[in-house]
Amino acid sequence: MKKLHRVLSVATACALAMSMLAGCGAAKTTSSNTFKIGGIGPTSGAAAIYGSDVRDAIQIAVDEINEKGGINGYQIEYKFEDDEHNAEKSVNAYNTLKDWGMQMLVGCVTSAPCIAVSEKTHDDGMFQLTPSGTAVNCVQYDNAFRLCFSDPNQGKASAQYIAGNAELKGSTIAIIYDSSTEYSTGIHDSFVAEAGSLGLNIAVDSSFTVDSATDFSVQLQSAKDAGADLIFLPIYYQEASLILTQANTMGYDPTFFGVDGMDGILEVENFDVSLAEGVYLLTPFSATAEDELTVNFVNKFKEKTGHVPNQFGADAYDAVYAIKAVAELKNVTPSMAVSEMGATMAAGMTEVTLDNVLTSPTTITWTADGEPNKDPRAVIIQGGVYVLAE
Amino acid sequence: MLKKLSKTSRRDYITYGIVIAFYLIVQLFKVTGLLSSHMEGLLVPLTYYSLAAVSLNLTVGILGELSLGHAGFMCIGAFSASLFSVYTKGLLPGGLRFFIALLIGTILAAIFGFLIGIPVLRLKGDYLAIVTLAFGEIIKNILAAVYFGYDEAGLHISFKSFQLQGEGKMLINGAMGIQGTPTDSNFTIAVILLLLALVIIQHLIGSRDGRAIMSIRDNRIAAESVGINITKYKMLAFTISAAIAGSAGVLFSHNTSTLTATSTYFGYNVSIMILVYVVLGGIGNIRGSIIATTILYALPELLRGLNTYRMLIYSIVLIAIMLFNWAPKAIEWRKKNLSSIKGRFAK
Repeated sequence: MKKLHRVLSVATACALAMSMLAGCGAAKTTSSNTFKIGGIGPTSGAAAIYGSDVRDAIQIAVDEINEKGGINGYQIEYKFEDDEHNAEKSVNAYNTLKDWGMQMLVGCVTSAPCIAVSEKTHDDGMFQLTPSGTAVNCVQYDNAFRLCFSDPNQGKASAQYIAGNAELKGSTIAIIYDSSTEYSTGIHDSFVAEAGSLGLNIAVDSSFTVDSATDFSVQLQSAKDAGADLIFLPIYYQEASLILTQANTMGYDPTFFGVDGMDGILEVENFDVSLAEGVYLLTPFSATAEDELTVNFVNKFKEKTGHVPNQFGADAYDAVYAIKAVAELKNVTPSMAVSEMGATMAAGMTEVTLDNVLTSPTTITWTADGEPNKDPRAVIIQGGVYVLAE
Repeated sequence: MLKKLSKTSRRDYITYGIVIAFYLIVQLFKVTGLLSSHMEGLLVPLTYYSLAAVSLNLTVGILGELSLGHAGFMCIGAFSASLFSVYTKGLLPGGLRFFIALLIGTILAAIFGFLIGIPVLRLKGDYLAIVTLAFGEIIKNILAAVYFGYDEAGLHISFKSFQLQGEGKMLINGAMGIQGTPTDSNFTIAVILLLLALVIIQHLIGSRDGRAIMSIRDNRIAAESVGINITKYKMLAFTISAAIAGSAGVLFSHNTSTLTATSTYFGYNVSIMILVYVVLGGIGNIRGSIIATTILYALPELLRGLNTYRMLIYSIVLIAIMLFNWAPKAIEWRKKNLSSIKGRFAK
């Protein structure tokens, strides 16, 4: 009797373990009459604002396309997974989506996870279009493309913009960057290189790390002492908001120049938005633009989430339409195998010209190495909103 | 057969048995195609965090010292092994390369553990916790800032980015870390390593040295009075613990191709997460560490279906496990209701 009990309890334990494993393996069936598009990004943790905007923007684009009859007559199914801005979790999210039957990936939202996942999509031959993975290695494989500028291109474009702007050209520049993220160092390095060849005057080049990202008085003081009147901030908006606040307390009022990570600064809680007046940002998207496409997108986004979308959302929205354009150009159907679809889409990306987009004043085309060709746009914050700069 | 063994060795064999059984069940599912790619992707992380938890349990549970820098040892193992693998990619066959990388990562972590131990383990009190916490952060910040590469002129190392001359390669590229580590880790190797670590730790616990270590934990003065060399045994346990954490780091770095020294992977939060696995699995209970790691790592992943609620549920589960393990009422209830089940197993 006792033996029977023992056998029974072992059997129960095994059954439990099996059900745990099997419960996740069930959903492998792919129906061939819908496109399955997956998205990955952080919707929890420090970078959550980017991921959730991307998630909602993709949903808006997918709903619009489905309403108008889908891609090549096929509807789109869409699923988004959280990666907490962690490469390890991002691969887990990718595997989850693969089990769901994903055929194309719009993601990842942040750089380091994007690189890790691109290894996996490369192995599977899956088409990957990242809306906002800016690191160079995000698109190192043939199957991966990006919609945003790469880090070096952002740094270069910033330097060129400053050199080409009559007001900013002669200023003494200080840089404060985050040496512990590849995003910030990538932009910083190319900015310094380009600034050198354009003859810009960089007086102070100071850095911080993620662990010392709360007090910037040392960096600001050295910038002030050097007489810098333009501070270049290739960093994310949380730190930027602290820098702006601390500069104000010091009574130091230079012009600030940010890149796409600065986008979102107007939504920081407990931040005095008036301090951001006159801040320049190099961002491809302006939510206050008055063309029909932007107005439509911003209104839908506001209705859905209650706040104004940042450029990450706009990138993601364009990414879905890029997929639509390429799939229609190449007559891609959902019945294709994932790797076949990936190869076809990758070939189509270099042929397509995407016009009527949110994130470029003109059109976007792609080169075979995965980089987009589009014009950068600078905006300036005036009256609490982004206004296109000259 | 099990009945003839002593109580402790029976406990050890049950632990090996659980790991092997889990491995076999997973293989069965893999062969039959029932294993989802999501679960498959979780297996290696599960194993290296188990490895880290087991190694920390040696320090916390057996030696009785608190270490808050195990992620730092993982970081050392990860970076040194990854450096070797990237450098010798294409020169050595995969298996041999990974084996040597594993040795390098493990030994280097052990050396750092030893060096930290020399000043700190002579002291009484919780100094180890403070020093290891600082050590972990220092290692992480240095590795996040360093540039290391080779070209025609030789090896270069600097805290500022530099240009390579002619043929060469950037091995550690500052904050961008190490790119392109070959993904040599797999579940089989990981499980073999875990079993090896279990054999080492459980034999250590059962040995004369192990009893000496535990006597230091239980009563330092008594241990000293019977002539046990306190520092020596503390160093022994802590160095082994660091070495195993280093090997967990090697598995970590060879599981994904990018390796960056950021807080997400090697910060003190990760050290504390590993400590949570140890505490919830039961301090000093090696098998418990593995089970707790498996449950707590897999849980947020298995709850993906619940979307935004998953992190909330995860926290609630943490509290529930804590209460189940340590609350007096829960212990009483367990004694009453579960002792009959336990009794059957112990026969």
